Amino acid sequence: MKRLFPIISISFLISLSFISISHAGKVKSISGAGATFPYPVYAKWASAYYKSTGIKMNYQSIGSGGGIKQIKAKTVDFGASDAPLRPEELEKWGLFQFPMIMGGVVPVVNIRGIKPGQIRLSNELLADIYLGKVRKWNDPKIKAENPGLSLPSRAITVVHRADGSGTTWIFTNFLSKVSSEWKEKVGCAKAVAWPTGIGGKGNEGVASYVKRINGSIGYVEYAYALQNHLTYISLKNRAGNYVVPNDMTFQAAAKNADWENSRGFYVVLTDQPGKDSWPITGASFILLHRVVERPERIKEVLRFFDWCYKNGQEMAKALAYVPIPKRVVDLVETAWSKELKDKDGNPIWP
Amino acid sequence: MDREKDKGSFSRGSHPFFDVFLETFFSFATRTSALFVFFTIFAIIASLFWGSWPAIKRFGLSFLFSSEWNPVTEKFGALVAIYGTLVTSIIAMLIGVPVSFGIAIFITELCPPWLKRPIATAIELLAAIPSIIYGMWGLFVFAPFFADNIEPWISDTLGQMPLVGPLFSGPPLGIGVLTAGIILSIMVIPFMAAVFRDLFEVVPPVLKESAYGIGATTWEVLKSIVFPYTKIGLVGGMMLGLGRALGETMAVTFVIGNADRLEKSLLMPGNTISSSLANQFTEAVGEIYTSALIELGLILFFITFVVLALSKFLLFRLTQKEGVRT
Repeated sequence: MKRLFPIISISFLISLSFISISHAGKVKSISGAGATFPYPVYAKWASAYYKSTGIKMNYQSIGSGGGIKQIKAKTVDFGASDAPLRPEELEKWGLFQFPMIMGGVVPVVNIRGIKPGQIRLSNELLADIYLGKVRKWNDPKIKAENPGLSLPSRAITVVHRADGSGTTWIFTNFLSKVSSEWKEKVGCAKAVAWPTGIGGKGNEGVASYVKRINGSIGYVEYAYALQNHLTYISLKNRAGNYVVPNDMTFQAAAKNADWENSRGFYVVLTDQPGKDSWPITGASFILLHRVVERPERIKEVLRFFDWCYKNGQEMAKALAYVPIPKRVVDLVETAWSKELKDKDGNPIWP
Repeated sequence: MDREKDKGSFSRGSHPFFDVFLETFFSFATRTSALFVFFTIFAIIASLFWGSWPAIKRFGLSFLFSSEWNPVTEKFGALVAIYGTLVTSIIAMLIGVPVSFGIAIFITELCPPWLKRPIATAIELLAAIPSIIYGMWGLFVFAPFFADNIEPWISDTLGQMPLVGPLFSGPPLGIGVLTAGIILSIMVIPFMAAVFRDLFEVVPPVLKESAYGIGATTWEVLKSIVFPYTKIGLVGGMMLGLGRALGETMAVTFVIGNADRLEKSLLMPGNTISSSLANQFTEAVGEIYTSALIELGLILFFITFVVLALSKFLLFRLTQKEGVRT
């Protein structure tokens, strides 16, 4: 008992000193929660930002659904979601969203003898495969797209995500746009009732199934396709060109999107116009409260994201993400100063 | 608190008031601990009910019999998950129970003494491996091997048979209900084998020796002495294994294929309650979706409860028969 007393009193003093630090005015750390897809790049940015400014960014990658719940409950400074919230929903909860980082979703196949980018599929064909209507690799429809290629008579094994995910949201959003049958029968969500196929847990689950099962097709984030050396396909985009996934084609999709006229940055980058646009591109979003209760904290959050837009480009590229184009960054920062107000109605940015 | 002082007070009985206080406090503390268990159980049941109420109200009993699981249209049914949970657990028990018996019998009756300890240690090590390791091993090592070497053979032989044929036909993916069941059996074997071994070891040697003395074979000794002597514990051990199989999440998620469709074939992908929860809970948005997932949890709770009740009933019947047999 006698020994315990000093320990207790010391720990009490320590915790007391923590409280006094956090009340000292200067914000030392900001917190966010949400999407898992951008987690690697947010973590990278956070550690670089900490080195240069001494301010910590704590990000919990608990999933977009969790991120939205947390920001609604105001337990974090910002939320993050892979799929944009609809303008109506933003209004209902008094939220503001902006795109932070982009990535591409890439269909990958495992067919013996086929190299990356060699097999070409049209949008409708991809939908038909995922609907279970095209079941063999030597189906006449696939042959028609690939005249010079010898394709086996192997059955197609469809691989999809088993867990709810923003990647699935982007992929099914694309399929709903290009196939009315998909839209009617399956629809677009983070998890859907798949007509056929097997489900892998996470990108790594899908990647490992595709690597293993001969004759399979799956969809993963671009980074996973690169890391696992998977055979990506060429996809016919809206302009009728065959494009392969890389940062140029993702950027093209982002550039050609109509950011100016979309309320609340509700832009889905799938099936965008432009001859070089990769059709299955998506952005990950940050959510903030429109009326800012703690301006000094949110200012720090905005400073962090501003720093990331300006200094984080190369870090993002190194992790196979696609930075937001300069033009869109300017739009976002203008919106910050117009839309985010403190309780008295004063803008908090810049 | 000084030990010496305490001892004195007890032996001399000079502080009756203090003793009474201590006694009351002690009984209060133990009672609270015991009641805490009840409280926790009821709190869990209540919060599961509360959380799943919107889904119960919307779907009613049809939730149990519908095989549709569609987050887009918000139509949910638990049949696929219930079926997957039960079938994988049954497969695990069909494989796991005989093998565990074999291990336990070998160790206690037939094994040369120098081999006993290594085998026992190996079993304990197997039991200590985290389930995610089994899942990864299942996905990266077992499933490919199973797909290339075993599944084609299964669908060529068992798949051609008249009655069970549909259960064993389909493309050799290596991932599916059967694979999940086999991985589960490997996971429950160390638990059951360890319990069985401990049980067999407490059988009084004098009983066994006298049976051997009148010329009984090893099998006869097991059948007439060891099993009857340990039956209550054996049922308990099996229930422990079954409990783990029913609730196992990560390992199953990796190898079951996570498809919300009802398939006849065991080689095809399926889903279990716990893996549905693990996969979908984080990204489930909307009241009904979340609530349907919580109702799945409630059903799993109920299944475990029924299993426990059945095992108690079984034990009751076994002990009732006891007098008749002798």
